[in-house]
Amino acid sequence: MKVIIIDDEPLARSIVAEYLQYHPDLVLAQVCGDGFEGVKAIQQYKPDLIFLDVQMPKINGFEMLELIDNPPDVIFTTAFDEYAIKAFETHAIDYLLKPFSLDRFDKAIQKWKEKKNLPASKTTQHFLDEADLSPAQSQRIVIKDGGKIKIIPVHDIFYLEAADDFVKVFTKEGYFLKNKTMSHFEQVLDGSQFVRSHRSYIINISQITRIDPYEKDNHIAILKSGAKVPVSRSGYPKLRTVLGL
Amino acid sequence: MATSPFAFPRFRIIFLISWLLVMADNVFLLLWSGWSWTLAITDSLVNNLLLFGVCLMLITIMRFYLPNREKYYHLVVWCALLSTIVVLLTRVILKNIFIQDDDYIKFLDQSMLIRGSFNFLMLGCIILISVIWYNLQEQKEQEQRKQDAEKLAKDAELFKLRQQLQPHFLFNSLNSINALIGTRPEEARKMVQQLSDFLRATIRKEEHQWITLQEELQNLQLYLDIEKVRFGHRLSTNIVVDESIKNLKLPSLLLQPIVENAIKFGLYDTTGETNIQISAEQEENNLLIKVINPFDPETSSPQYGTGFGLQSIQRRLYLLFARNDLLITDAKNNIFTTTVRIPQLTDKYFKPVS
Repeated sequence: MKVIIIDDEPLARSIVAEYLQYHPDLVLAQVCGDGFEGVKAIQQYKPDLIFLDVQMPKINGFEMLELIDNPPDVIFTTAFDEYAIKAFETHAIDYLLKPFSLDRFDKAIQKWKEKKNLPASKTTQHFLDEADLSPAQSQRIVIKDGGKIKIIPVHDIFYLEAADDFVKVFTKEGYFLKNKTMSHFEQVLDGSQFVRSHRSYIINISQITRIDPYEKDNHIAILKSGAKVPVSRSGYPKLRTVLGL
Repeated sequence: MATSPFAFPRFRIIFLISWLLVMADNVFLLLWSGWSWTLAITDSLVNNLLLFGVCLMLITIMRFYLPNREKYYHLVVWCALLSTIVVLLTRVILKNIFIQDDDYIKFLDQSMLIRGSFNFLMLGCIILISVIWYNLQEQKEQEQRKQDAEKLAKDAELFKLRQQLQPHFLFNSLNSINALIGTRPEEARKMVQQLSDFLRATIRKEEHQWITLQEELQNLQLYLDIEKVRFGHRLSTNIVVDESIKNLKLPSLLLQPIVENAIKFGLYDTTGETNIQISAEQEENNLLIKVINPFDPETSSPQYGTGFGLQSIQRRLYLLFARNDLLITDAKNNIFTTTVRIPQLTDKYFKPVS
């Protein structure tokens, strides 16, 4: 079985590699120093298991996982991250708190092997969908745009539009597709900055220049970019409250 | 509760002297009008001691009860009422003492209006002074409260900031040591030593203490050495400080967060090799320290505020020196520069504001 280690600290990688020597059935395919390398290595080697640090440069461990279709099983390794630890505890994936002993490491491997053999085991995708990891990472959105990884600071977002199973994230560079739901974004984005003006739209209020009446009871918000975003009958009062009108 | 003016010995003396002068004036006026010494002194004593008592009472009452600005007319009413009471009491007492002296009693009745007006003026002055005094006191107290609140908030903020960084740093360092023990035990031992020295220095430091640049640089070196072990060849540092200025002083716990900040954005949030530069020089009467780190504009945006959570340093500098121009940040071409000026105060003022 193939394993990949992703951690930005060389010594942290080496201790996992050292502990792995006691598990000859696990082959270390690659070690990576950041999330970008991680994405590449996972696509290339299709590992069965990865050891993933949470706090890493540019994109953190969770953001990296979001970029991968069918992510492999994950054992998180982290020093201290209260949000993450909460998320781990409520979900069925194991995590190792640094520094961890060989004993603890062996137990995590054991746990993973047992879980792997159960047909109804929760996948990493499940974990990502269910775990509320929001407060730690709502400052930016990470999107895979073709072969490139795009990091969008939330204040650069003009508005969001629902599009089937995806959400279109509109910025000054056009829109990017993210495979998340509108309610996910409604949850993770700062409610004093982003308002769900319509079933299919979330607006960044700092982008609004004016709000015009539009047909019967509806309104339409005109953004700085010139874009027109629908405001529904129930969305209008929400928008007014946040704008303080 | 406002402090009574009588808590200050100087005020007590001034008050007593003023009162003696008023009494002497009263005696002199009566002598000048042709009354005898006994009569003049008795009249003055009765009149002024009563007035004195009422004044003391007023000052004390106003310490506990100061009317609103819209209700200041209450004070005028009090003033009129009390001066009338004083003058009537004076009349009763003096009439009983000098019951046989018809001329004096006649004079007493005639001078009632003048006495009353004088009392009204005196009490009015006292009330005015009290109002000003107690308002000032209240203002001072408010100022103090505000300062205390600010200090508390600042301490809490700083504590929070340190809490965010320290556990990460500590546990990751321990993890590195754990890894080193297996492969390079000598280095592990060295790092345990460095980590202990660094933690000890951090714990020992107090907010309001000033330390020499030399001391601060030693601690920074420990911190940077530990980070170098954690991140290997990725981190390099240049520290350029002339030997001659190592005795200049700076508030403790000021440079450390700036460098931690540089590490946070320059090292924790970039992927390539990182060079952190620290330089210090003397510029007139200031110690000028520059910290330069690379950053990634894509993931961290310095456009807000002073950039990168340096607000608490800015705040602290303001509280120490009452200046907002001591911390300057500049972001250009992926290079972030933090410049901090620390005024070297003369011996007389060489004490941080507490």
